[in-house]
Amino acid sequence: MSTEGTAPMNPVSHDSDNVPELAHLHLADKPDGPGAAMMISAGFGVFVLGFLTVLAEASAGANTWLATWQWGQGVGALAGKTTIASLLYFASLALLWIIWRNKDVNLKMAFYIGLGLGVLGVIGTYPTFFQMFAA
Amino acid sequence: MELTSRETWAVIHGLVLGALFLLAFGGALAGLWSFRPGLITTRGVQERITRLKVGLGAMAVIAWATVITGSWIVYPWYRVKLAGAKFDKCQGLELPSSVCSPRDFLLANVQGETAAWHDFGMEWKEHVAWGAPLLATSAFLLALYYGPRIMARPWLRTAIIVMLVGAFAAAAVAGVFGAFINKVAPIS
Repeated sequence: MSTEGTAPMNPVSHDSDNVPELAHLHLADKPDGPGAAMMISAGFGVFVLGFLTVLAEASAGANTWLATWQWGQGVGALAGKTTIASLLYFASLALLWIIWRNKDVNLKMAFYIGLGLGVLGVIGTYPTFFQMFAA
Repeated sequence: MELTSRETWAVIHGLVLGALFLLAFGGALAGLWSFRPGLITTRGVQERITRLKVGLGAMAVIAWATVITGSWIVYPWYRVKLAGAKFDKCQGLELPSSVCSPRDFLLANVQGETAAWHDFGMEWKEHVAWGAPLLATSAFLLALYYGPRIMARPWLRTAIIVMLVGAFAAAAVAGVFGAFINKVAPIS
């Protein structure tokens, strides 16, 4: 992931240069770092979900541990998989946002990383796939 | 004409929140699709972006509410093991009962080959559905962060649409399987 510069962006937007409809809004430039954080974290969250789904199938110990997240509600291991995936989504979002808050990150690259992680995650949640790892 | 507490929660989870999510998705997709130069007046930009932010925010909140009610309220009633290891208490039943949960009923195959509704349908639905709130939340945050700038960046607009469609696809898989499973083995 390439990043360019850490200085605050120009107060005048370049986005409005080619779009007359935006000219009167006098939009300040915004760095792409936070946007990249939003894209990657979404894919990462889905990836964690898929990974934990496979892990719970492959390991009885992991399945039992994930089920401890259900707080007696009868949700089973799904509680751990989804709670951890959600927590890591928000944690990665916050972490990357803070790290890249003033940086211009390659947004296309961030999107493709997020997309790749997301696709892997969805494959992990597909029953025909994760049931192949049944312990 | 009445619904039990469990049926009411199943309706809230699947029908009420599901319908709201669909409505929010349709509005957000249409709004994003035409949010491009030459299609909106200067005054319309502010109105459109406000509507997009509200719509995407609502979509994210609804997605979280749907998966939380589904996993933590409805799902435990579905999966509770009541019928024994060999599902003996499900024998002869036409529908799930107080001694045979919907999961037991499907796995028992007492009304045809129903086990795949659980082994494939429910197993996929319960997991993939959680992708919807993650994608919807990030799509909402992108709209919130970039605001009208999205209009000048077609590639960013397309990326948000892809995330939105991904959230919808996850919700659609969950919704379709949820509807069919509740038809074969209703929660009551």
